[in-house]
Amino acid sequence: MSRILATAISEFRIAFRNRWVSIATGMMVLFALVLAAAGSAPTGDVGVDRLSVTVASLTSLAVYLVPLLALLMSFDAVAGEVERGTLPLLLTYPVSRLQILLGKLLAHLAILALAVTLGYGAAALVAVWSDPGAVQGLGSLWRLIWTSVLLGATFLGAGYALSALARRPSGAAGLAIALWLVAVVLYDLALLALIVTDGGGAFTTRALPVALLANPADAFRVFNLSAAEAVAAAGGIGGAAGAIPLWQSAASLFLWPLAAIGLAVAAFRKVTL
Amino acid sequence: MTPTLTLSRLTKRFGGMEALKAVSLSLEPGKRAALLGHNGAGKSTLMKIVLGLIPFDGGEVSVCGAAPGSPSARAQVAYLPENVAFHPALTGEEQLRHYLALRGESPRQAMELLGRVGLAHAAQRRIGTYSKGMRQRVGLAQTLIGRPRLLVLDEPTSGLDPVSRRDFYDLLDGLAAEGTAILLSSHVLTEVEARTDSILILSGGQLVAEGTLAALRARAALPVAFSVFPAPGHEASLAAAFPEAAADADGHLRLSCTQAEKLPLIARIAALGDHVADLDVVPPSLEDIYSHFSRRDGQ
Ligand SMILES: Nc1ncnc2c1ncn2[C@@H]1O[C@H](COP(=O)(O)OP(=O)(O)OP(=O)(O)O)[C@@H](O)[C@H]1O
Ligand SMILES: [Mg+2]
Repeated sequence: MSRILATAISEFRIAFRNRWVSIATGMMVLFALVLAAAGSAPTGDVGVDRLSVTVASLTSLAVYLVPLLALLMSFDAVAGEVERGTLPLLLTYPVSRLQILLGKLLAHLAILALAVTLGYGAAALVAVWSDPGAVQGLGSLWRLIWTSVLLGATFLGAGYALSALARRPSGAAGLAIALWLVAVVLYDLALLALIVTDGGGAFTTRALPVALLANPADAFRVFNLSAAEAVAAAGGIGGAAGAIPLWQSAASLFLWPLAAIGLAVAAFRKVTL
Repeated sequence: MTPTLTLSRLTKRFGGMEALKAVSLSLEPGKRAALLGHNGAGKSTLMKIVLGLIPFDGGEVSVCGAAPGSPSARAQVAYLPENVAFHPALTGEEQLRHYLALRGESPRQAMELLGRVGLAHAAQRRIGTYSKGMRQRVGLAQTLIGRPRLLVLDEPTSGLDPVSRRDFYDLLDGLAAEGTAILLSSHVLTEVEARTDSILILSGGQLVAEGTLAALRARAALPVAFSVFPAPGHEASLAAAFPEAAADADGHLRLSCTQAEKLPLIARIAALGDHVADLDVVPPSLEDIYSHFSRRDGQ
């Protein structure tokens, strides 16, 4: 445990000096405030507090931004050590590759948690300021924070795996961008196209829920929307979320980080010098 | 005494190329061995195998009684890689605190370790601002953590200035006296000559010589060179007395003989009395002995 902690402390220092802490936090706060400002126009919605509305739009933002930040922080994790030549010495220390990755994960997760808490918190402040009744929505804000951390953990793990597979930072960066495009953008577009051609048939009722659970970003969106019972309002792919029990999307959210870290450790073990 | 490190018939191939060919050696506690050899001889490869960083193809390796790279071996072995590197954003002190924690030692020793390698003044600066020799010292400092039983140092003095080199070997003497076995590689023969217990010469992946410098000197049986300076006016008579000698441009006579013929030859020269102004005896240099053993095939 102390080895994981020591690694985490060094990684946090490095991320801080490379300005990753300020970049991640600044990005989250900026986007969250833009959303909050855009959403502050009076809506016809009655019965829903302003914070819950803000959280719903923050969820759509987080689906894109959290994986992106996680991949940006993680793609260099193994490839960077290989390129700098710091890996051979590190591997002669009595520390396992799992411990090394867990240490990096701990540091990067802490940064991500800080960034989303400050970002969402800023948007929440705006909401509560304009509508004191919005404090009712604090539960959904808390849920958004911890699910964002889990989503981040998945993409951090995936980033480490790509970093170990590529072994060069430039290659790892390319793979990370590709993964982001596929998992977060193209996947949903493809599903949407299938729904349209299917017209409410077998695909929409049977295959779609599985497809949504299989993608951590979609599971994140589905969980937050259905937990907030905002499914009907969300429409589109989110509309299918109603068919998925909450425990299933929660399970997907919790299992994906484990799978991603497992993958990362397996890929890291394959790195020889 | 059981050896700290034992290699028997170690073989390593990279594709079709044999980087190490049946290398056997052993190193006892408190002994300092120098690994010499031409570029590409296999020194770094041998060290990486001892550390468990790369696999090998044949033979056996035992490090402190364990398999190379096993947790028990890693806990007892310290390594200085050939081109040691650190994250440029960390300070020397932060980097050492990290390494101390990884070895389960108190991070508070960081400043003391940096002091031992003469880096205390730069401890709070980022390693990215260090000179090459300063980075090398950080590398040395981390090998001193937690009394390792075996030190594996790949060209440890590269980048160090002459005074630092001497300090470095003093440091090694202290460790060896406490029972640490030390395997180091070097291209600087003179420092190795005075400061290590035995010499191992690798050539093209083969261990071609092993032993103390005196033993290697005797085994090589290289000729001893003589320079004889004739007294003014006696050049011709001296040349006649030594028809086997070659005269150089300055009129000095150059002779060479085996170790066994050395004293009789000196007696012959001395017998010429005042015909000889001076005499230099040049024993085979370390470079001569080294190149005698490390000749590559076809060279
Ligand atoms: N990863 C590798 N893949 C292929 N060949 C390698 C690899 N590592 C080393 N070699 C080859 O093995 C041989 C021994 O290399 P090694 O680095 O051990 O030499 P060395 O004795 O340390 O040389 P130097 O004095 O230049 O440091 C060389 O021919 C080298 O090209
Ligand atoms: Mg080498």
